[in-house]
Amino acid sequence: MKKILYIFFLTLLTCVSLPVRAAEKEGGVNVSELIFEHLGDSYEWHIAKGCVIPLPCILIEKGGVTTFMSNQIEHGQECKGYHIAAEGQYAGKIVNAQGERPFDISITKNVLELFIVCAILLSVFLGLAHWYKKHGYKKAPGGFVGAMEVVVGFVENDVIKSSIGHGYQKFLNYLLTVFFFILTCNLLGLIPIFPGGANLTGNIAVPLTLAVSAFIAINFFAPKGYYKSIFWPDVPLFLKAFPLMPTIEFVGVFTKPFSLTIRLFANILAGHVVILSLSSLVFITAQAGAGINSSMTVVGVAFSIFMNCLELLVAFIQAYVFTMLTATFIGIAHSE
Amino acid sequence: MNLLTPDPGLLFWMVLSFLIVFFLLAKFGFPVIVNAINKRKEFIEASLVSAKEANERLASIQEEGEKLLAEAKAQQKEIISAAMQEKQRILQAAQDEARTSAQQIVDDATARITAEKEKALREVRSEVATLAIDIAEKVLSEKMSNSAEQKKAIERMIEKL
Repeated sequence: MKKILYIFFLTLLTCVSLPVRAAEKEGGVNVSELIFEHLGDSYEWHIAKGCVIPLPCILIEKGGVTTFMSNQIEHGQECKGYHIAAEGQYAGKIVNAQGERPFDISITKNVLELFIVCAILLSVFLGLAHWYKKHGYKKAPGGFVGAMEVVVGFVENDVIKSSIGHGYQKFLNYLLTVFFFILTCNLLGLIPIFPGGANLTGNIAVPLTLAVSAFIAINFFAPKGYYKSIFWPDVPLFLKAFPLMPTIEFVGVFTKPFSLTIRLFANILAGHVVILSLSSLVFITAQAGAGINSSMTVVGVAFSIFMNCLELLVAFIQAYVFTMLTATFIGIAHSE
Repeated sequence: MNLLTPDPGLLFWMVLSFLIVFFLLAKFGFPVIVNAINKRKEFIEASLVSAKEANERLASIQEEGEKLLAEAKAQQKEIISAAMQEKQRILQAAQDEARTSAQQIVDDATARITAEKEKALREVRSEVATLAIDIAEKVLSEKMSNSAEQKKAIERMIEKL
């Protein structure tokens, strides 16, 4: 414990000396631009100054497919008639010479992160399945397999089974996939360097896809009673003849997955913003003099450490909540 | 930078990769894992039940053994006490017999002794009588030679009668 505290304070101390140099180098930093750059997507993976991983750009327009590496369009360069728009509606995106946007399925930073998440999920769970096939169920697993088994068992029994109830097996694989997908995305997003760092669950496209899948899982597998309860619910006639209740129920069908999207998206995005802002305290206070800068650096680093710990918790909680709510909605749809 | 507009490229890749991951995991990943976990759970539960049963059986066997032992002890006690009684009885009978036979012997001996005594007495008596007669004869034959004496004797005898 003593050792940990010692290391902690030593780290803080080095932080004190850092901002002085940062202040010397640049006149100031546009913090909001910096934060938005981290939150958003980009065509290359920026690790450190001078260390950039170029990623392939894939553009489809009028049936033709154009591919090139992202380092060919760096700094406003043009490649095969495409360049990154500097301003306007598509600022930061690849547009063609006329300023129109092609169908852009480039392997961006987020897409690569998505592939890394998929690779991790597949290797972990197919590896686990392989372990069980090899050893059978009578051998008690240890180490990583045992730890994963605890998590899988927890999600299966305490989240899915208890929320859906009877007939939960049909949705088990889907909900387990969703849980571990979100969890892996969230945790990888907290790692600031290469294999992680992309803001995947904080990008609206990912929670949106997950919510659409939840919408399908909730509505397309429900028994007939579920639809009756929406369009002709068991309430006094004047409430449904003038279709008040059906309208509310019908809107509810869409607000449920929508709330799932926004909850996950906003939580993760907010976490990233707070951590980045706290880290940026160093640069914001750079001009305010060494004394204020040093003290704010200590505060900023201490708080961002705290926020990172909190985000670890949030990473799990959001995966848990998304899975549990989807399971609950499925359970409600099936109980009618 | 609009955070709330989904990027079609990422959306496309997301849908594609999520579907692939879901398909692969739902087909080859989770069913195996969940099955194994549930089977192990059942296995452990069954093992616990059978262990409990075995324990109960062991306990009942122990109890039975104790009961048998107690029974055996009681029987042993009974047998021993019966044997003791038998011994007592046999001893008593032997003693009784011995006593009766001894009594018999003593009685026989007494009777024989009495008979012998009687016989002896009778013999002695008859002997004494014979002797007395003989002596009387001799005395008479010696004393009767004197008539005066005879007379005196006769008188004495008459007087005595």
